[in-house]
Amino acid sequence: METKGTVLDIKGLTVSLPKGADRPFAIEGVSFSVGRGEIVCVVGESGSGKSVTAHTVMGLNSRKELKPVEGEILLEGENLLTKSEAELRRLRGERMAMIFQEPMTALNPVMKVGDQIAEMLEIHTSMDGAQRAARVLEVMRDVNLPEPEQLIHSYPHQLSGGQRQRIMIAMALALEPGLLIADEPTTALDVTTQAQILDLIKDIQNRHGTGVMFITHDFGVVAEIADRVVVMQEGLVVEQGAADDVLSKPEHAYTRMLIGSVPSLTPPERAPVRDAEVALEVHRLDKTYESGGWFRTGRTVKAAQQVELVVHRGETLGVVGESGSGKSTVARCIVRLVDPTAGEVRIAGENIAGLSHAAVRPYRRDVQIVFQDPYRSLNPRRTVGQAIVEGPMNFGLSHTDALARAAELMRVVGLAPEALERFPHQFSGGQRQRICIARALAMEPKVLIADEAVSALDVSVQAQVLELLDDVRKRFDLAMLFITHDLRVAAQICDRIMVMEHGLVVEQGATQQVYAEPAHPYTRALLDAAPGRDVVFGAG
Amino acid sequence: MDAKPQTDILPSGDGVPADARQEPGLLSILVLNPSIIIGGLLLAVIIAITVIGPFFTLDPVLLNPINRLKVPGADGLFGTDYLGRDVFARVIHGSRISLVVGLAVSIFAVSIGLAVGLVSGYVRVLDAIVMRIMDGLMAIPGILLAIALISLSGATLLTVVVAIMIPEIPRVVRLVRAVVLSVREEPYVEAAIAAGTRLPLILVRHVLPNTIAPMIVQATYICASAMLTEAILGFLGAGIPPEIPSWGNIMAEGRTYFQISPWIIFYPGVALAVTVLAVNTLGDGLRDTLDPRIARKM
Repeated sequence: METKGTVLDIKGLTVSLPKGADRPFAIEGVSFSVGRGEIVCVVGESGSGKSVTAHTVMGLNSRKELKPVEGEILLEGENLLTKSEAELRRLRGERMAMIFQEPMTALNPVMKVGDQIAEMLEIHTSMDGAQRAARVLEVMRDVNLPEPEQLIHSYPHQLSGGQRQRIMIAMALALEPGLLIADEPTTALDVTTQAQILDLIKDIQNRHGTGVMFITHDFGVVAEIADRVVVMQEGLVVEQGAADDVLSKPEHAYTRMLIGSVPSLTPPERAPVRDAEVALEVHRLDKTYESGGWFRTGRTVKAAQQVELVVHRGETLGVVGESGSGKSTVARCIVRLVDPTAGEVRIAGENIAGLSHAAVRPYRRDVQIVFQDPYRSLNPRRTVGQAIVEGPMNFGLSHTDALARAAELMRVVGLAPEALERFPHQFSGGQRQRICIARALAMEPKVLIADEAVSALDVSVQAQVLELLDDVRKRFDLAMLFITHDLRVAAQICDRIMVMEHGLVVEQGATQQVYAEPAHPYTRALLDAAPGRDVVFGAG
Repeated sequence: MDAKPQTDILPSGDGVPADARQEPGLLSILVLNPSIIIGGLLLAVIIAITVIGPFFTLDPVLLNPINRLKVPGADGLFGTDYLGRDVFARVIHGSRISLVVGLAVSIFAVSIGLAVGLVSGYVRVLDAIVMRIMDGLMAIPGILLAIALISLSGATLLTVVVAIMIPEIPRVVRLVRAVVLSVREEPYVEAAIAAGTRLPLILVRHVLPNTIAPMIVQATYICASAMLTEAILGFLGAGIPPEIPSWGNIMAEGRTYFQISPWIIFYPGVALAVTVLAVNTLGDGLRDTLDPRIARKM
């Protein structure tokens, strides 16, 4: 029989993969338990089977393709694997709930967030409309969302990542489940938001006694939140134990490698860039978004205000800040994916801020951008080669020449030129990001903007892509604008750091100086929020 | 440290991704679906009969008053109507009208809807205006519009096609616009803009292919509904001129004799039902296969 304190007990769980996959089982003989009021972190890189484990518990996998062939999953003593689909549906939400990594895709984009929370109550309870509305506001306050009365009328895309994740948590908690499964819930968020969400999860676990199965790849987060740690690699549990033990005395080589790959929060010594040509200059850049329609009063958001920045060739300027701090807006204004409201963007001396879309086209080759999501940055229907030659051919290069350049760049980014004929889905996330870098470089830009370009990657891959970015910066004498929420990453790659908050630049300076003596309280808050700041990583 | 970081660097030569299988062709995926096979085969048979059949039947407008209202059997597979015309010949010939109308309406409605939807989804200034016009079009009842158009410009095949097509366009526009609105936010579209790709090329290269799958599915439904509407118009006497045998016309003429010779209505009715069923089955199969959630496995 189950002890009273155990919410979830997984015993010898094996889940098979469909034929033709790279291994026969997604997970094999996985056993661990989650106690009431306990946070168990399941750590591993992508493909380690940590999400399959979570999804199998929730019954979200297609049982045809990912079939549990052995073991049992006991939720408060009941074996979930023997439940019917209808019983599982009732259990989900009432007894167990899940929050996902991508709150944008986990939320219905065409439904107001208030209605989405209310839907949970509508399905599982007999509350009437007024009670539901009251409960929605209550759970939204419970997860510290500001102005819930207004927020319930928002669509997911109108909220920041942190707010969306809070909405997800509010949905998960609406019915007070005993088990909360969090699948990389803070991976897409920046430090202060992450710290708040982690605090929120800890707080909820304290107040409601919820057992939390927390899936992450980030040892900083593990250090911050875990009571116990389960390390997974390629479908197997390679190590488990109390958090302090695993972090301080990792036994398995893989655990040691993972802990060693976490970038250090201490910036290395970097020679300052002097007397280099100015590649990018931004003066008093403003971007104001106005929403609203014919029949309602609009809302204005000042996404960027009076932003000043200069990047020299061969230099990396890091832009760090919270979600909604305006760092991506600045990048998008510089690339002219959005039109700046006011100010100057000078590329090699020429102001492109006020130019029309047609007039700005010749300058596009000078500024290139690499986006965060390697899975959406490449058109799935076009080969890697087609993606890379598109830009150069827009500017008159012949197909043969463009292809030759693409092949050369593939080597630069560490991929085989033969891979040009393949489609993006045949590559891993890290490889795709390399392809995106090659695509950007194909334009022979002066300025390369990396917009959270390594945020979606596993730590070991992240280290390699960072190395590549630093390498191409040197090799092509690029001015790099490195946008990130990850202070650890920024510490390792940036010459100078610019901190943004609510569209304003609050601090700018040499990386070492900013990290050692942050002048602005917000910078201090960011550094304090870095998860696992008390643990020394990256030494291995 | 005994574990090396997992490398994702591909050396040259054998540096091909682990998952280097070629994408299975669209065709090989489509033929795995039973609905597509059944619907497709049935439709192929119907099309074959439509194309070759008329060469082997009697003249569908040949009057033979002596052999009026004959029971199906010796004097004709499907019997004869009140003027002694062979119902079998008329049904076979009538399939041409149905298929032509179905095909023409779906092709035109999808082409026009695709163009309008692409532009209105991408060029935001036009969006509000275009969508209000589409709302207006959608508010017009299809059959009434058809009757009005035909009374204005006379009953021809073209009028019937145009009349059935107009109310279908807004549905296509809405569907395309919805796809465009989600695709335009994709980073790969932004990367194309940053690479200096011009708007028409972005639409054709990066946005349009995403609309193809839902469009094929929508086209089959439009085709089926157009064939039904055409038959309804014919039955109401507002469709193709009565001297041309179409399934609707045959049924309209047989209505008076329904009590004594039901076969005049029965056989064209069955032909219409089977054709629409074939198209819808095919459409369901295509939808199941091309649905983005399932298509990811491709």
